[in-house]
Amino acid sequence: MDYFSILVVDDETDFMETLVKRLQKRNIDTVGVTSGEKAIETLAHKRFDVVILDIKMPGGMDGIETLREIKRHHPLTEVLLLTGHGSVETSIEGMKMGAFDYLLKPIKLEDLMVKLGEAFEKKDAHEQKIRKARIKELIRFPGRVFQQEKEEE
Amino acid sequence: MRERIYRNLQQKMLTLTLVVSLAPLLILGAVLYYQFENTGREMTREQIRYRAQAQAEAVDLFLKERTAILNAMADTHSFEHMVKENNLTRIFEVMNNRAGAFVDLGIIDSRGDHRAYVGPYDLLGRNYLDQPWFNEVMIKGHYKSDVYMGFRQQPHFIIAVRRHENKQSWILRATIDPIRFEEIVRSAQIGRTGDAFIVNRESVYQTRPRFEGNVLAKSTIDPQQFGGRVTVVEKTDWVGEERLYAGSWLNDNKWLLVINQQPLELMSRLFALRQTEIFIITLGVLAIVATTIFTTRLAINRLKRTDQEMVELNAQLVQSDKLAALGKMAAGVAHEINNPLAVILQKTGWMEDLLEEEAFQESENIDEFRKSIAKIEEHVERARKVVHNMLGYARKMEPRLEDVDVNDTLNQTITMLENHARINNIDIQVDLEDAIPIIASDQAQLQQVFLNLLTNAIDAIGSNGSVDVVSRQTHGKIVVTIRDDGPGLSEEALRKIFDPFYTTKDVGKGTGLGLWVSHNIIAKMGGSIHVKNNPDRGALFTVEIPIVIPEKK
Repeated sequence: MDYFSILVVDDETDFMETLVKRLQKRNIDTVGVTSGEKAIETLAHKRFDVVILDIKMPGGMDGIETLREIKRHHPLTEVLLLTGHGSVETSIEGMKMGAFDYLLKPIKLEDLMVKLGEAFEKKDAHEQKIRKARIKELIRFPGRVFQQEKEEE
Repeated sequence: MRERIYRNLQQKMLTLTLVVSLAPLLILGAVLYYQFENTGREMTREQIRYRAQAQAEAVDLFLKERTAILNAMADTHSFEHMVKENNLTRIFEVMNNRAGAFVDLGIIDSRGDHRAYVGPYDLLGRNYLDQPWFNEVMIKGHYKSDVYMGFRQQPHFIIAVRRHENKQSWILRATIDPIRFEEIVRSAQIGRTGDAFIVNRESVYQTRPRFEGNVLAKSTIDPQQFGGRVTVVEKTDWVGEERLYAGSWLNDNKWLLVINQQPLELMSRLFALRQTEIFIITLGVLAIVATTIFTTRLAINRLKRTDQEMVELNAQLVQSDKLAALGKMAAGVAHEINNPLAVILQKTGWMEDLLEEEAFQESENIDEFRKSIAKIEEHVERARKVVHNMLGYARKMEPRLEDVDVNDTLNQTITMLENHARINNIDIQVDLEDAIPIIASDQAQLQQVFLNLLTNAIDAIGSNGSVDVVSRQTHGKIVVTIRDDGPGLSEEALRKIFDPFYTTKDVGKGTGLGLWVSHNIIAKMGGSIHVKNNPDRGALFTVEIPIVIPEKK
């Protein structure tokens, strides 16, 4: 991948908008939404590499529910959890459910960038593995591999 | 104000108890007191009435016997026989031997001549025809005189009987021994103030009274007052004292036997009894009053103490509640602060990003902008740390249970601070009791508490001073004291020092949470931390930890 895309999910609008602006300034394709429902909807129409997800979102789907939905429909998308002090336990639970890592609010952008780097590396490594496997398959079963690629998109 | 309430209560209790317990006693006492006197009086009256009656009967019997023997002699001897002096003398002797109390004996014929006489007086030959008693005895057949002087000039009285013989009557007359008679009468008197005598219908004494008056004198008795057989009358006597008079008429209704008595004398024993009763009741009253005062005071004091304990307990509970509530609130507030902090940090970051743009680089204020942003971020970080620390403490509240050697923990903590203390020329003196047992507790938390207290002590001194650490075992508790010779604590500090966020240090140098957390840790263990100022200088922190012996696994 040449560029990466990030979806920011946080009900605190000021926070979410500023973070989106800052990431965009760094040439990262970033979209922000304010609820879990909106996140699922957005993910249905566009593919994102990483979702930055606030754990505590009162009203509607909360962080864990959203996480579950994301992992069910988009298993290859990495999720980074943002958490306040009171919900560290929840974050650890989230990691068991497949979240990549968590950060304690208030966050510094440098820390976030480090975590994003790790996420992309992990994703990259995973995708390389898949690519290698596909090439192997291609050599053995040319027709079937193209079928699979279409499904993934 | 409280004092007044207690005094009020005490007075009420006292009054009520005294009234309820004394009233029946006093009423009983009064009733008995008056009953004594009334009953006493009644009894004395009865007594004196009875005595008067009995005595009158005795006197009557006496007179009857004398009359009977005279009659017997007159009936059994003839006039001729009696007139002879020898015979008369002999008969007189017999009469005195058998019945007694005769002074003389005489024969008087129908013409009134005294024909024969035996006795101490010279009465022979006297004539009694004109005497009023002569007619009476001739007609009635018997006669008893009042007391009179007569020929012999001695008060006496006579009994005379008449005998018909051969159409002739003659009289046998005897004088009764007044002394013997008086003895009989007087035998009725009792005590120092009693008297017994006889008066006739004209109120003339027939026997000698004991106190005022003499035989044949007029008495102060009014026979009219004494009707019926026996009457009791109350009068004031010649010395102004109260006296009871009981009068009983003799059978012939001519003489009144009077017994009198000062009832007070008779009732003296009753009065003594009454005095005893009063004495006992007074003792009883005093005892009741004394015990009531004593017990009410005791009860009130106990009440005061209990109330005081309750007040203190309440204060402690309130304090505990306050701290617990503060703790909960603190956690909630802290969490809510993180969100705005997050926004601030993002915004400052955004501002920094924007300042990188070419357009701003030439602005004169670019440095100021950058510095201000940096400061904002610095203080956001400061706020974040505070929240982080506090939430960290709050989360670590549940103590673990392991085998802890308190002295060991103290030594470790002191070692940690040794260098810091030495640099500031502060001497740490250690005095740990050997026998302190190993207890079940949380070593990390205990160490945190000791660290906090020691650090505070060192910081309080600043430099040049000493800290004393002492551990002792007493009454099922381990007592650790940490004393410093710093400046000590103000009144306000002593009160608030365990409150969260209270600190005496400069801004930014302390969170004000250390002692609050230490207090909570120790309280959760079932112990306590107290602070006070030393008499000379500095502060003294006392930590009490209950001894819980670890179970053998």
